[in-house]
Amino acid sequence: MSGWRFKRPDGLPLPQPTEEAQPFFDALREHRLVVQRCASCEALVHPPRAMCGTCRAVRFDWVAMRGAGTVYSHVVTRQAVHPAFAGHTPLATVEVELAEGPRLYSNLVDVPPEEIVIGMAVEVVFVAVAEGVVLPLFRRAH
Amino acid sequence: MRPRPAFSNAVAVVGVGETDYSRESGRSELTLALQAIGAALDDAGIEPREVDGLMKWWVDTSLEAEVAANLGIPDLAWWGEINQAGNVGAALVAHAAAAIFAGLANVVVIYRGVNGRSGRRYGRGDVTGQRGRGAGAFSEPYGLLTPQHGLAMAARRRMFETGITSRQFGAQAVAQRRHANRNPRATFHDRTLTLEEHQASRFVIEPFRLFDCCLETDGGGALVLASADRAQATAAGRPLALVRAAAQSGPGVGAPAKRGAERLFDMAGLSRADIDVVQIYDHFCPFVLFALEDYGFVKDAGRLAEEGGTEWAGDGVPVNTSGGHLSEAYLQGMNHLIEAVRQVRGESTAQVPNATFSFCDTGIGAGAVIFERFET
Repeated sequence: MSGWRFKRPDGLPLPQPTEEAQPFFDALREHRLVVQRCASCEALVHPPRAMCGTCRAVRFDWVAMRGAGTVYSHVVTRQAVHPAFAGHTPLATVEVELAEGPRLYSNLVDVPPEEIVIGMAVEVVFVAVAEGVVLPLFRRAH
Repeated sequence: MRPRPAFSNAVAVVGVGETDYSRESGRSELTLALQAIGAALDDAGIEPREVDGLMKWWVDTSLEAEVAANLGIPDLAWWGEINQAGNVGAALVAHAAAAIFAGLANVVVIYRGVNGRSGRRYGRGDVTGQRGRGAGAFSEPYGLLTPQHGLAMAARRRMFETGITSRQFGAQAVAQRRHANRNPRATFHDRTLTLEEHQASRFVIEPFRLFDCCLETDGGGALVLASADRAQATAAGRPLALVRAAAQSGPGVGAPAKRGAERLFDMAGLSRADIDVVQIYDHFCPFVLFALEDYGFVKDAGRLAEEGGTEWAGDGVPVNTSGGHLSEAYLQGMNHLIEAVRQVRGESTAQVPNATFSFCDTGIGAGAVIFERFET
């Protein structure tokens, strides 16, 4: 195995969550990956919303995901099209489909860009990227 | 078959115009918009004082009141803009035509003026970047900072699901370049492109290669709309473009194309086979082929492109006959609308013979228009 590790560019924005999304980021600080679930019809909703599109309820629970998923799609930024990428190309971004269904964007911490394939099994790791900010990144499933 | 709604063919595009296309216009976005409007009004034979409606892209920086003051429009009865990004051109045609049909305005101008290369650059996230706010909280922290990032993600998935290939995207890029080589207005009028050059071009955001990406353009464009009755009275002897059908579709981008297409063709009372020429929003070349499939023109657009079936002189579905955003200019759908009108007027530089029905999508499913040739 190579010792390749993802280096996150400092210039990438940090999340500035809306009121609806704040609990998602609060849970990450406690190393929990949670998704909104409608308190009325139990539909899973991601990204977070103010109202359930299935039944119009405005009350949600936040349920923990197992953190297991597969790569649904991926892109590789090879040209520094934004100043944040300067010195950080190639940089891969993945879309992960969680075992429970919701999909989220992330980065893989231990897979170099050219080895990423759709369907690859991955699992969440919680990475502190700034004071009080934890992001859900992923690694190869073991 | 159900009768067509009264809206169908009640309104016409009576004038089109654009500025030169460049990388550095040396003038303001407002100036570009005004010059394009002037060209379109001249084409229509209409004076600014007759204009009583203005519509624009939400992202366009030239406010309606400023445009009216500069042009000398004394009385504005209808104005507005449509929110999303570059993909609202067809929706603007639908709204403008609806206003005229309803009697809320007589002459509506739709305009776009943008320094897309020398000013704010879409491809760098200058216009759409959210700095981690809103939906950006879930995408930008991981490096999805520009419009092409999310689209590249969707394109890679579609390649996986359907087997469509980068070579097939390249075939479409080559077809459009050939169209641009016939079009003196096109940025790439003098530069050819081969499939090998497409395949050898660098990845920008993989899977998008350089020649899958649209241009960055400084320029302006405008359309003038009026009732078909008025057009009949004032444009004697010139062919014009009737708005046979127009449809918006949402929410979001991509998936709504199929629903929008059903509404559009239902309103038009036409089948896909009735369409003579097609324009499709090509911020990124793969989406031209995706849209051809999603709108129901063809089941395997990759193969159609490989066989040359999207070229203007072929016997397939001629697509993006001005060169499009890849090779003419990137005016966020405005230049596609202008080309769609020119085709039914018989004025394209890659003219499809006897073009009667011209289809124009202005952004992966967010809206589309069908124009019909109108002999006055």
